[in-house]
Amino acid sequence: MPTALVIDDSSATRMILARILTEIGYTVEKAENGADGLEKLNAMPKPELVMVDWNMPVMNGYEFIQNARALPQYDDVTLMMVTTETEIEQVLKALEAGANEYVMKPFTKDVIHEKLILLGLGAR
Amino acid sequence: MALNPADFAYLANYVKSSTAIILTPDKDYLVESRLAPVARRVGVNGIAELVGALRKNSSPHSEIGQLISEAMTTNETYFFRDVKPFDVLKTTLLPEAIERRSQDRTLNIWSAACSSGQESYSIAMTIKEHFPQLSNWRVRLFATDISKSMVERTREGIFSQIEINRGLPATMLVKYFTKSGSEWRVKPDLTKMVEASTMNLAGQWPLLPRMDIVFLRNVLIYFDLDTKRAIMKKVVTSLSKGGTLLLGGSETTMNVSSDFDRLPSGDSFYYKLKESAALPNSAHARGVRFGTSPAMTSQTLS
Ligand SMILES: C[S@@+](CC[C@H](N)C(=O)[O-])C[C@H]1O[C@@H](n2cnc3c(N)ncnc32)[C@H](O)[C@@H]1O
Repeated sequence: MPTALVIDDSSATRMILARILTEIGYTVEKAENGADGLEKLNAMPKPELVMVDWNMPVMNGYEFIQNARALPQYDDVTLMMVTTETEIEQVLKALEAGANEYVMKPFTKDVIHEKLILLGLGAR
Repeated sequence: MALNPADFAYLANYVKSSTAIILTPDKDYLVESRLAPVARRVGVNGIAELVGALRKNSSPHSEIGQLISEAMTTNETYFFRDVKPFDVLKTTLLPEAIERRSQDRTLNIWSAACSSGQESYSIAMTIKEHFPQLSNWRVRLFATDISKSMVERTREGIFSQIEINRGLPATMLVKYFTKSGSEWRVKPDLTKMVEASTMNLAGQWPLLPRMDIVFLRNVLIYFDLDTKRAIMKKVVTSLSKGGTLLLGGSETTMNVSSDFDRLPSGDSFYYKLKESAALPNSAHARGVRFGTSPAMTSQTLS
Protein backbone atom coordinates (compact mmCIF):
# COMPACT_ATOMS: atom_id res chain seq x y z
CA MET A 1 0.00 0.00 0.00
CA PRO A 2 1.39 3.42 -0.93
CA THR A 3 1.88 5.91 1.85
CA ALA A 4 1.20 9.62 1.95
CA LEU A 5 2.03 12.44 4.32
CA VAL A 6 -0.42 15.26 5.01
CA ILE A 7 1.01 18.44 6.53
CA ASP A 8 -1.42 21.12 7.68
CA ASP A 9 -1.78 23.10 10.91
CA SER A 10 -5.56 22.71 10.77
CA SER A 11 -6.61 19.39 12.21
CA ALA A 12 -9.85 19.57 10.21
CA THR A 13 -7.96 19.86 6.92
CA ARG A 14 -5.59 17.08 7.95
CA MET A 15 -8.57 14.88 8.63
CA ILE A 16 -10.36 15.67 5.38
CA LEU A 17 -7.28 15.08 3.23
CA ALA A 18 -6.38 11.92 5.15
CA ARG A 19 -9.86 10.57 4.62
CA ILE A 20 -9.78 11.26 0.87
CA LEU A 21 -6.41 9.53 0.57
CA THR A 22 -7.30 6.59 2.81
CA GLU A 23 -10.38 5.94 0.69
CA ILE A 24 -8.25 5.41 -2.38
CA GLY A 25 -5.83 3.11 -0.62
CA TYR A 26 -3.13 5.25 0.94
CA THR A 27 -1.74 4.75 4.41
CA VAL A 28 -1.59 8.28 5.73
CA GLU A 29 0.72 9.98 8.21
CA LYS A 30 -0.02 13.49 9.46
CA ALA A 31 2.10 16.43 10.56
CA GLU A 32 1.23 19.86 11.96
CA ASN A 33 3.88 22.04 10.33
CA GLY A 34 6.87 21.88 8.04
CA ALA A 35 9.39 20.92 10.71
CA ASP A 36 7.12 18.21 12.05
CA GLY A 37 6.65 17.14 8.43
CA LEU A 38 10.38 16.76 7.83
CA GLU A 39 10.66 14.65 10.95
CA LYS A 40 7.76 12.40 9.94
CA LEU A 41 9.15 12.15 6.42
CA ASN A 42 12.37 10.82 7.86
CA ALA A 43 10.69 8.42 10.28
CA MET A 44 8.10 6.85 7.99
CA PRO A 45 8.47 4.57 4.94
CA LYS A 46 9.16 6.84 1.97
CA PRO A 47 5.80 8.27 0.90
CA GLU A 48 4.62 8.43 -2.68
CA LEU A 49 2.86 11.72 -2.04
CA VAL A 50 3.10 14.67 0.35
CA MET A 51 0.32 17.23 0.61
CA VAL A 52 1.45 20.38 2.29
CA ASP A 53 -0.22 23.62 3.37
CA TRP A 54 1.65 26.91 2.85
CA ASN A 55 0.99 29.03 5.94
CA MET A 56 1.89 27.20 9.13
CA PRO A 57 3.75 28.11 12.32
CA VAL A 58 7.33 26.96 12.99
CA MET A 59 8.10 26.04 9.38
CA ASN A 60 5.83 26.91 6.48
CA GLY A 61 5.07 24.68 3.52
CA TYR A 62 7.28 26.60 1.12
CA GLU A 63 10.26 26.05 3.39
CA PHE A 64 9.25 22.43 3.81
CA ILE A 65 9.34 21.95 0.04
CA GLN A 66 12.76 23.63 -0.19
CA ASN A 67 14.09 21.43 2.57
CA ALA A 68 12.60 18.22 1.19
CA ARG A 69 13.86 18.95 -2.33
CA ALA A 70 17.36 19.46 -0.94
CA LEU A 71 17.35 15.79 0.06
CA PRO A 72 17.98 13.65 -3.03
CA GLN A 73 16.40 10.55 -1.51
CA TYR A 74 13.02 12.30 -1.85
CA ASP A 75 13.45 13.32 -5.50
CA ASP A 76 10.74 10.94 -6.63
CA VAL A 77 8.23 11.96 -3.95
CA THR A 78 5.31 13.93 -5.39
CA LEU A 79 4.80 17.20 -3.53
CA MET A 80 1.40 18.87 -3.71
CA MET A 81 0.82 22.30 -2.21
CA VAL A 82 -2.71 22.72 -0.79
CA THR A 83 -3.21 26.31 0.28
CA THR A 84 -5.32 29.45 0.49
CA GLU A 85 -2.59 31.34 -1.40
CA THR A 86 -4.08 32.02 -4.81
CA GLU A 87 -1.80 34.44 -6.64
CA ILE A 88 0.04 33.31 -9.77
CA GLU A 89 3.33 34.46 -8.25
CA GLN A 90 2.87 32.02 -5.39
CA VAL A 91 2.03 29.13 -7.66
CA LEU A 92 5.17 29.90 -9.65
CA LYS A 93 7.25 30.16 -6.50
CA ALA A 94 5.99 26.81 -5.24
CA LEU A 95 6.67 25.15 -8.60
CA GLU A 96 10.15 26.63 -8.73
CA ALA A 97 10.89 25.30 -5.25
CA GLY A 98 9.94 21.84 -6.46
CA ALA A 99 6.21 21.39 -5.92
CA ASN A 100 4.65 19.07 -8.51
CA GLU A 101 1.10 20.31 -8.16
CA TYR A 102 -0.90 23.07 -6.55
CA VAL A 103 -4.42 23.05 -5.15
CA MET A 104 -6.21 26.16 -3.97
CA LYS A 105 -8.44 26.02 -0.91
CA PRO A 106 -11.33 25.46 -0.72
CA PHE A 107 -11.17 22.16 -2.55
CA THR A 108 -13.48 19.19 -2.97
CA LYS A 109 -12.73 15.50 -3.07
CA ASP A 110 -13.10 15.63 -6.87
CA VAL A 111 -10.41 18.31 -7.09
CA ILE A 112 -7.95 16.08 -5.24
CA HIS A 113 -8.88 13.03 -7.33
CA GLU A 114 -8.49 14.96 -10.57
CA LYS A 115 -5.06 16.23 -9.56
CA LEU A 116 -3.92 12.75 -8.53
CA ILE A 117 -5.01 11.33 -11.88
CA LEU A 118 -3.03 14.10 -13.59
CA LEU A 119 0.02 13.01 -11.62
CA GLY A 120 -0.54 9.39 -12.49
CA LEU A 121 -1.37 8.62 -8.87
CA GLY A 122 -4.47 7.43 -7.14
CA ALA A 123 -6.06 5.69 -10.14
CA ARG A 124 -5.83 2.26 -8.69
CA MET B 1 -44.89 20.53 -5.63
CA ALA B 2 -43.83 18.04 -8.26
CA LEU B 3 -45.32 18.23 -11.73
CA ASN B 4 -48.36 16.15 -12.49
CA PRO B 5 -47.72 13.39 -15.05
CA ALA B 6 -49.32 15.29 -17.91
CA ASP B 7 -47.21 18.38 -17.30
CA PHE B 8 -44.09 16.26 -16.92
CA ALA B 9 -44.83 14.49 -20.20
CA TYR B 10 -45.41 17.80 -21.94
CA LEU B 11 -42.16 19.21 -20.58
CA ALA B 12 -40.16 16.06 -21.43
CA ASN B 13 -41.54 16.15 -24.93
CA TYR B 14 -40.65 19.80 -25.32
CA VAL B 15 -37.10 19.29 -24.02
CA LYS B 16 -36.63 16.29 -26.29
CA SER B 17 -37.79 18.16 -29.37
CA SER B 18 -35.63 21.19 -28.65
CA THR B 19 -32.45 19.52 -27.33
CA ALA B 20 -32.85 15.73 -27.79
CA ILE B 21 -32.21 15.37 -24.07
CA ILE B 22 -34.29 12.55 -22.63
CA LEU B 23 -36.11 13.20 -19.36
CA THR B 24 -37.47 10.05 -17.82
CA PRO B 25 -40.00 10.36 -14.97
CA ASP B 26 -37.32 9.36 -12.43
CA LYS B 27 -35.59 12.64 -13.29
CA ASP B 28 -38.28 14.66 -11.54
CA TYR B 29 -35.85 15.78 -8.82
CA LEU B 30 -33.56 17.13 -11.54
CA VAL B 31 -36.40 18.95 -13.26
CA GLU B 32 -37.41 20.53 -9.95
CA SER B 33 -33.96 21.74 -9.05
CA ARG B 34 -33.14 23.01 -12.53
CA LEU B 35 -36.44 24.72 -13.27
CA ALA B 36 -37.23 26.33 -9.91
CA PRO B 37 -34.68 29.13 -10.60
CA VAL B 38 -36.12 29.59 -14.11
CA ALA B 39 -39.62 29.97 -12.65
CA ARG B 40 -38.31 32.61 -10.27
CA ARG B 41 -36.51 34.37 -13.04
CA VAL B 42 -39.53 34.64 -15.33
CA GLY B 43 -41.70 35.56 -12.35
CA VAL B 44 -44.12 32.67 -12.16
CA ASN B 45 -45.10 30.80 -9.08
CA GLY B 46 -43.45 27.37 -9.25
CA ILE B 47 -42.66 24.96 -12.02
CA ALA B 48 -46.23 23.89 -12.74
CA GLU B 49 -46.98 27.49 -13.66
CA LEU B 50 -43.77 27.57 -15.66
CA VAL B 51 -44.93 24.62 -17.73
CA GLY B 52 -48.27 26.39 -18.11
CA ALA B 53 -46.46 29.41 -19.50
CA LEU B 54 -44.46 27.15 -21.82
CA ARG B 55 -47.66 25.60 -23.17
CA LYS B 56 -48.78 29.08 -24.17
CA ASN B 57 -45.50 29.97 -25.83
CA SER B 58 -43.66 26.86 -26.87
CA SER B 59 -41.77 28.00 -29.94
CA PRO B 60 -38.17 26.79 -29.56
CA HIS B 61 -37.07 30.39 -29.94
CA SER B 62 -39.31 31.79 -27.22
CA GLU B 63 -37.38 33.13 -24.29
CA ILE B 64 -39.09 30.84 -21.86
CA GLY B 65 -38.44 27.83 -24.11
CA GLN B 66 -34.77 28.69 -24.38
CA LEU B 67 -34.40 29.21 -20.65
CA ILE B 68 -35.99 25.84 -19.98
CA SER B 69 -33.86 24.05 -22.55
CA GLU B 70 -30.67 25.63 -21.25
CA ALA B 71 -31.58 24.77 -17.69
CA MET B 72 -31.97 21.12 -18.61
CA THR B 73 -28.48 20.80 -20.02
CA THR B 74 -25.79 19.37 -17.74
CA ASN B 75 -22.65 21.41 -18.14
CA GLU B 76 -20.32 19.49 -15.85
CA THR B 77 -16.82 19.63 -17.29
CA TYR B 78 -13.22 20.23 -16.26
CA PHE B 79 -9.79 20.71 -17.75
CA PHE B 80 -8.10 17.62 -19.23
CA ARG B 81 -11.13 15.57 -18.23
CA ASP B 82 -10.11 11.93 -17.72
CA VAL B 83 -6.54 12.84 -18.81
CA LYS B 84 -6.18 9.86 -21.17
CA PRO B 85 -8.02 11.37 -24.15
CA PHE B 86 -5.53 14.23 -24.05
CA ASP B 87 -2.62 11.81 -23.90
CA VAL B 88 -4.11 10.10 -26.96
CA LEU B 89 -4.44 13.49 -28.62
CA LYS B 90 -0.81 14.26 -27.91
CA THR B 91 0.78 10.92 -28.71
CA THR B 92 -1.38 9.73 -31.60
CA LEU B 93 -4.12 11.95 -32.98
CA LEU B 94 -2.16 15.15 -33.51
CA PRO B 95 0.99 13.51 -34.90
CA GLU B 96 -1.17 11.49 -37.32
CA ALA B 97 -3.25 14.46 -38.36
CA ILE B 98 -0.13 16.53 -38.89
CA GLU B 99 1.16 13.88 -41.24
CA ARG B 100 -2.13 13.63 -43.12
CA ARG B 101 -2.33 17.39 -43.55
CA SER B 102 1.29 18.17 -44.25
CA GLN B 103 0.38 19.32 -47.75
CA ASP B 104 -2.14 22.03 -46.93
CA ARG B 105 -0.89 22.68 -43.39
CA THR B 106 -4.33 23.18 -41.92
CA LEU B 107 -5.88 21.40 -38.98
CA ASN B 108 -9.54 21.47 -37.98
CA ILE B 109 -10.40 20.23 -34.52
CA TRP B 110 -13.91 20.27 -33.08
CA SER B 111 -15.17 20.17 -29.52
CA ALA B 112 -18.77 19.30 -30.31
CA ALA B 113 -20.33 19.87 -26.89
CA CYS B 114 -17.91 22.33 -25.40
CA SER B 115 -19.80 23.42 -22.28
CA SER B 116 -17.85 26.30 -20.65
CA GLY B 117 -14.74 25.69 -22.76
CA GLN B 118 -12.42 23.63 -20.58
CA GLU B 119 -12.21 20.92 -23.25
CA SER B 120 -11.40 23.41 -26.03
CA TYR B 121 -8.70 25.11 -23.98
CA SER B 122 -7.23 21.78 -22.91
CA ILE B 123 -6.86 20.97 -26.62
CA ALA B 124 -5.37 24.42 -27.27
CA MET B 125 -2.87 24.03 -24.42
CA THR B 126 -1.87 20.57 -25.66
CA ILE B 127 -1.12 22.08 -29.07
CA LYS B 128 0.81 25.06 -27.69
CA GLU B 129 2.74 22.94 -25.26
CA HIS B 130 3.77 20.04 -27.47
CA PHE B 131 3.46 21.06 -31.12
CA PRO B 132 5.47 24.23 -31.72
CA GLN B 133 5.75 23.19 -35.37
CA LEU B 134 2.06 24.04 -35.77
CA SER B 135 2.70 27.72 -35.09
CA ASN B 136 2.85 28.40 -38.83
CA TRP B 137 -0.08 26.16 -39.70
CA ARG B 138 -3.68 27.22 -39.85
CA VAL B 139 -5.07 25.49 -36.77
CA ARG B 140 -8.76 26.03 -36.16
CA LEU B 141 -10.41 24.89 -32.99
CA PHE B 142 -14.18 24.83 -33.30
CA ALA B 143 -16.26 24.79 -30.14
CA THR B 144 -20.01 24.33 -30.25
CA ASP B 145 -22.75 23.80 -27.72
CA ILE B 146 -26.51 24.11 -27.71
CA SER B 147 -26.36 26.47 -24.75
CA LYS B 148 -25.85 30.12 -25.65
CA SER B 149 -24.47 30.98 -22.25
CA MET B 150 -21.94 28.14 -22.44
CA VAL B 151 -20.81 29.24 -25.90
CA GLU B 152 -20.42 32.76 -24.58
CA ARG B 153 -18.30 31.48 -21.71
CA THR B 154 -16.13 29.43 -24.05
CA ARG B 155 -15.57 32.48 -26.21
CA GLU B 156 -14.56 34.59 -23.21
CA GLY B 157 -12.29 32.02 -21.60
CA ILE B 158 -12.85 33.26 -18.06
CA PHE B 159 -12.86 30.75 -15.23
CA SER B 160 -13.43 30.78 -11.50
CA GLN B 161 -10.96 29.54 -8.91
CA ILE B 162 -13.09 26.43 -8.45
CA GLU B 163 -12.86 25.72 -12.17
CA ILE B 164 -9.10 26.22 -12.51
CA ASN B 165 -8.62 23.96 -9.49
CA ARG B 166 -10.12 21.11 -11.50
CA GLY B 167 -7.82 19.04 -13.70
CA LEU B 168 -5.56 21.89 -14.80
CA PRO B 169 -1.85 21.26 -14.20
CA ALA B 170 -0.30 24.10 -12.18
CA THR B 171 2.42 24.47 -14.80
CA MET B 172 -0.22 25.27 -17.41
CA LEU B 173 -2.10 27.59 -15.09
CA VAL B 174 0.92 29.83 -14.66
CA LYS B 175 1.76 29.70 -18.35
CA TYR B 176 -1.58 30.23 -20.04
CA PHE B 177 -3.71 32.19 -17.57
CA THR B 178 -3.74 35.60 -15.98
CA LYS B 179 -5.56 36.45 -12.80
CA SER B 180 -7.75 39.48 -12.46
CA GLY B 181 -9.57 39.80 -9.16
CA SER B 182 -11.06 36.43 -8.48
CA GLU B 183 -11.23 35.49 -12.17
CA TRP B 184 -8.75 33.54 -14.22
CA ARG B 185 -8.49 34.50 -17.86
CA VAL B 186 -7.09 32.37 -20.63
CA LYS B 187 -4.42 34.32 -22.48
CA PRO B 188 -5.38 35.79 -25.85
CA ASP B 189 -3.09 33.53 -27.89
CA LEU B 190 -5.31 30.64 -26.78
CA THR B 191 -8.70 32.38 -26.96
CA LYS B 192 -7.94 33.48 -30.48
CA MET B 193 -7.48 29.84 -31.52
CA VAL B 194 -11.04 28.99 -30.49
CA GLU B 195 -14.09 29.70 -32.67
CA ALA B 196 -17.19 29.20 -30.54
CA SER B 197 -20.77 29.10 -31.74
CA THR B 198 -24.11 27.61 -30.83
CA MET B 199 -25.19 24.43 -32.52
CA ASN B 200 -27.78 21.80 -31.75
CA LEU B 201 -26.26 18.43 -32.52
CA ALA B 202 -29.74 17.00 -32.91
CA GLY B 203 -30.95 19.79 -35.18
CA GLN B 204 -30.01 20.83 -38.67
CA TRP B 205 -26.26 21.24 -38.94
CA PRO B 206 -24.60 24.28 -40.40
CA LEU B 207 -22.10 23.74 -43.16
CA LEU B 208 -18.98 22.67 -41.30
CA PRO B 209 -15.39 22.61 -42.44
CA ARG B 210 -14.09 19.05 -42.71
CA MET B 211 -12.79 18.05 -39.30
CA ASP B 212 -9.58 16.13 -38.62
CA ILE B 213 -10.23 15.41 -34.95
CA VAL B 214 -13.58 15.47 -33.18
CA PHE B 215 -14.19 15.50 -29.44
CA LEU B 216 -17.77 14.34 -28.88
CA ARG B 217 -17.54 13.71 -25.20
CA ASN B 218 -20.16 13.26 -22.51
CA VAL B 219 -23.08 14.45 -24.57
CA LEU B 220 -24.46 11.38 -26.42
CA ILE B 221 -25.31 9.91 -23.01
CA TYR B 222 -28.23 12.31 -22.75
CA PHE B 223 -29.85 11.13 -26.00
CA ASP B 224 -31.85 8.09 -27.10
CA LEU B 225 -30.39 5.50 -29.45
CA ASP B 226 -32.01 6.88 -32.62
CA THR B 227 -30.64 10.35 -31.91
CA LYS B 228 -27.18 8.96 -31.16
CA ARG B 229 -27.20 7.10 -34.48
CA ALA B 230 -28.39 10.11 -36.44
CA ILE B 231 -25.77 12.36 -34.88
CA MET B 232 -23.01 9.84 -35.45
CA LYS B 233 -23.99 9.58 -39.14
CA LYS B 234 -23.47 13.30 -39.46
CA VAL B 235 -20.21 13.18 -37.53
CA VAL B 236 -19.03 10.69 -40.14
CA THR B 237 -19.78 13.14 -42.95
CA SER B 238 -18.09 15.96 -41.05
CA LEU B 239 -14.77 14.11 -40.76
CA SER B 240 -11.93 14.27 -43.23
CA LYS B 241 -10.39 11.07 -44.57
CA GLY B 242 -8.52 9.37 -41.73
CA GLY B 243 -10.32 11.59 -39.24
CA THR B 244 -10.46 10.56 -35.60
CA LEU B 245 -13.03 10.74 -32.83
CA LEU B 246 -12.90 10.75 -29.04
CA LEU B 247 -15.96 9.89 -26.98
CA GLY B 248 -16.62 10.21 -23.24
CA GLY B 249 -15.53 7.57 -20.76
CA SER B 250 -18.92 5.84 -20.71
CA GLU B 251 -19.69 6.23 -24.40
CA THR B 252 -19.05 3.88 -27.32
CA THR B 253 -19.80 3.54 -31.04
CA MET B 254 -21.06 0.04 -30.37
CA ASN B 255 -24.66 -0.22 -31.64
CA VAL B 256 -24.43 3.40 -32.70
CA SER B 257 -22.12 3.47 -35.71
CA SER B 258 -20.16 0.88 -37.67
CA ASP B 259 -18.13 3.48 -39.53
CA PHE B 260 -15.25 3.56 -37.06
CA ASP B 261 -12.40 1.32 -36.03
CA ARG B 262 -11.59 1.29 -32.35
CA LEU B 263 -7.81 1.60 -32.17
CA PRO B 264 -5.46 1.37 -29.21
CA SER B 265 -3.19 4.20 -28.10
CA GLY B 266 -1.05 3.70 -25.02
CA ASP B 267 -3.36 2.14 -22.43
CA SER B 268 -6.35 3.92 -23.96
CA PHE B 269 -8.07 4.00 -27.37
CA TYR B 270 -9.75 6.19 -29.96
CA TYR B 271 -12.01 5.85 -32.96
CA LYS B 272 -10.82 6.23 -36.51
CA LEU B 273 -13.08 6.71 -39.51
CA LYS B 274 -13.01 3.62 -41.69
CA GLU B 275 -11.55 4.09 -45.14
CA SER B 276 -14.85 2.87 -46.62
CA ALA B 277 -16.88 5.50 -44.73
CA ALA B 278 -14.81 8.51 -45.69
CA LEU B 279 -16.22 11.05 -48.11
CA PRO B 280 -13.89 12.36 -50.78
CA ASN B 281 -12.04 15.38 -49.47
CA SER B 282 -12.58 18.58 -51.35
CA ALA B 283 -10.49 21.68 -50.91
CA HIS B 284 -13.66 23.69 -50.54
CA ALA B 285 -14.89 21.77 -47.55
CA ARG B 286 -11.81 22.69 -45.53
CA GLY B 287 -11.98 26.42 -45.96
CA VAL B 288 -15.61 26.91 -45.01
CA ARG B 289 -16.46 29.79 -42.79
CA PHE B 290 -18.13 28.74 -39.64
CA GLY B 291 -19.63 30.05 -36.49
CA THR B 292 -21.17 33.34 -37.42
CA SER B 293 -24.78 32.78 -36.54
CA PRO B 294 -26.81 29.98 -35.10
CA ALA B 295 -29.39 30.56 -37.80
CA MET B 296 -27.08 29.66 -40.64
CA THR B 297 -28.71 26.40 -41.46
CA SER B 298 -29.37 26.92 -45.15
CA GLN B 299 -26.76 24.41 -46.27
CA THR B 300 -26.26 21.22 -44.40
CA LEU B 301 -24.23 18.12 -44.76
CA SER B 302 -27.09 15.78 -44.16
C1 LIG C 1 -21.51 17.26 -19.65
S1 LIG C 1 -21.15 18.52 -20.81
C2 LIG C 1 -19.74 17.87 -21.64
C3 LIG C 1 -18.67 18.90 -21.83
C4 LIG C 1 -17.35 18.36 -22.39
N1 LIG C 1 -17.51 17.80 -23.70
C5 LIG C 1 -16.76 17.34 -21.45
O1 LIG C 1 -16.69 16.16 -21.79
O2 LIG C 1 -16.36 17.70 -20.34
C6 LIG C 1 -22.49 18.29 -21.98
C7 LIG C 1 -22.75 19.49 -22.88
O3 LIG C 1 -23.59 19.08 -23.96
C8 LIG C 1 -24.43 20.17 -24.30
N2 LIG C 1 -25.58 19.66 -25.06
C9 LIG C 1 -26.67 19.02 -24.59
N3 LIG C 1 -27.52 18.75 -25.59
C10 LIG C 1 -26.95 19.22 -26.72
C11 LIG C 1 -27.35 19.25 -28.09
N4 LIG C 1 -28.53 18.72 -28.49
N5 LIG C 1 -26.51 19.82 -28.99
C12 LIG C 1 -25.33 20.35 -28.59
N6 LIG C 1 -24.91 20.36 -27.33
C13 LIG C 1 -25.70 19.80 -26.39
C14 LIG C 1 -24.78 20.77 -22.97
O4 LIG C 1 -25.20 22.12 -23.11
C15 LIG C 1 -23.48 20.61 -22.18
O5 LIG C 1 -22.70 21.79 -22.21
